[in-house]
Amino acid sequence: MAHQIYQAVADGILEGGVYALMAVGLTLIFGVLDIINIAQGVLVILGAYLSYSLSVHLHIDLFLGLLITVPAMFLIGVVIYWAFIRRLRGTERTSMTLLVTYAVALIVEGVLYKIYGANDVELTASYVTSSVHLLGFYLSYIYIYGFILAIVLIAALYALLYRTRFGRSVRATMQDETAARLVGIDVNRVAALTFGIGVAVTATGGMFYGATSGGFNPNSGYDLISRLLAIIILGGLGSIGGALAASVFMLLLESLVTIWSPNWAIVVFYAALVLVLVIRPTGFLGRKAVRAQ
Amino acid sequence: MNAEKSERALKHAALIVLVAAAIAFPKVFTNPAVTNYGVLAMIFVTVATAWNIFSGYSGYISLGHAVFYGSGAYALGIAARDWHVGGTTVFALLPLVAVVGAVIAVPVGLIALRVRRHTFIVITIAFFFIFQLMAFNFSFTGGSSGLNSPFLTWPASGYNTPFYYIALAFAIGAIAISWLVRRSRFGLQLRAIRDDEDRARGLGVRTMRVKLSAFILSGALTAMIGAVWFYYINQVAPQTGFDPLFDLTVVLMAFIGGYGSIAGPVLGALIIEPGTLWLNTQPQFSGGYLSEILLGGIFLLVVLFMPRGIIPTGGEWITRLRTRGRPAVVPAMAMDAASGAAASSGSGSATSGSESTTSVSSGGTR
Repeated sequence: MAHQIYQAVADGILEGGVYALMAVGLTLIFGVLDIINIAQGVLVILGAYLSYSLSVHLHIDLFLGLLITVPAMFLIGVVIYWAFIRRLRGTERTSMTLLVTYAVALIVEGVLYKIYGANDVELTASYVTSSVHLLGFYLSYIYIYGFILAIVLIAALYALLYRTRFGRSVRATMQDETAARLVGIDVNRVAALTFGIGVAVTATGGMFYGATSGGFNPNSGYDLISRLLAIIILGGLGSIGGALAASVFMLLLESLVTIWSPNWAIVVFYAALVLVLVIRPTGFLGRKAVRAQ
Repeated sequence: MNAEKSERALKHAALIVLVAAAIAFPKVFTNPAVTNYGVLAMIFVTVATAWNIFSGYSGYISLGHAVFYGSGAYALGIAARDWHVGGTTVFALLPLVAVVGAVIAVPVGLIALRVRRHTFIVITIAFFFIFQLMAFNFSFTGGSSGLNSPFLTWPASGYNTPFYYIALAFAIGAIAISWLVRRSRFGLQLRAIRDDEDRARGLGVRTMRVKLSAFILSGALTAMIGAVWFYYINQVAPQTGFDPLFDLTVVLMAFIGGYGSIAGPVLGALIIEPGTLWLNTQPQFSGGYLSEILLGGIFLLVVLFMPRGIIPTGGEWITRLRTRGRPAVVPAMAMDAASGAAASSGSGSATSGSESTTSVSSGGTR
């Protein structure tokens, strides 16, 4: 029993890393643009399908394929921003962007159905199925790689946000859009690039999701977006560190409850969100302003 | 003055004609495939209107109304099964279902309404998943296979017609409630919350109590129509009773028609529900993906070109047409020009009994 718990802890932390890869994009987009991108779940699946096509048809290794899928997803993100989200202004922006991104999700999902069909597919590679025996635990290689990549990517995002000129303009836009505009920041450009980066990060998340979820189809995005939303709210909207912490916390919790009952594990996932928000409405690392209308 | 009076008379006449047409519908179209559209359209008119009473007026977008819809269906199914109620007496259980919906709305509302905007939306989604998973996991809900409704002895040929009238009665009732709420002090308080909650509280609106009341009212209505829907389609399973697409469809109905108005959600439901039902029956759309792309495309177009929905934007267009060449009623502020113009002349379309959506706004609150 004790060993089972240790194993669950190890699994939960590693899976949390994979979810963090998907969640940071969402929380970054929220932080800068003040919108929730409902399409993020489907875009993760799109990233997974891109990796799938590359590995099945062109026999490109999953990790090498990221060099293609990440820029591709970046472009898709920028296009979505320029075509649809940029135009939305005014008091109803919150709900409007929600609808627009949902419509985008529907279209992407429809296109994926048309191309790939409704059957589950799975990303395969030698390191997906094999695992390493370490300190008495069986750890799957793909999770270890995923966790390492998550840490590296989040560190890179931090470096981008806190060590570059672009990052400074992003943070300025996060704090006060009007003031940022006044000091000469091209807010539209910052927002477009941020949206692109947020979507590009999901390409890696999608690759890991495709390899670890045990099969996905175009419809998988809905379940995913709900979990990601729970994670970023719990972590505090707009906080990248919070997204990482909340991913690990949630997946750890789910992994532990799974020992007792797999059926109730997901309920605990959402119940934890509700409970935390009752005590602390801004999430773990949320800014105070999140609560103001 | 006279023109105003005749316009009102015209509106009343149009309303009577619409209701008469709705009542005559199953007499004219007896084909069950067509009346099926009618029943489901009326059910969704009710749902969208109920959603609008809470979310449209208060500005709190709920993406979890399937919680009430599914709970209503399950409540009726469980009560009918355990108490061995059958036949038409099942409809006597509907008030009980409303109570169940209201009782569920209290704790959910007390927790969810503490937070605003995005966080509120996500909490409603979280509650939605909790309810769906409970329906999956408990034994009294029938697990993943769900519940079957009690048997009805109505003849198969005219089976849809009584359901149509029941759903129509609910739709008219919901619209009437929506109209009453909108006219009342309560509705004004709700819309004050939508425009600026902190200011509303500062002015003495008991915001939590008002929001929660609207949430309960909306939940009870949705639960009842969910029960009717369950009885109509004879079964409910966790994925159909608590359906994530349901949540989004209802929101889209309200937005396409014009949320916050009375006629908007009705129009949206009347467009979308038969539209999607029809698309799914077309052979070239089989598999569903083309209709999905089409639906998404239409949504994008509507949101981008009629951002406030058909009724307000259409009203605006009509106003612009009528006032072309002569000065319109000049709105107070340029920023709020659009809504001001719509509010001052009422929405010109005869189908609506409503004014514009943002009439309590004091002009540029944000």
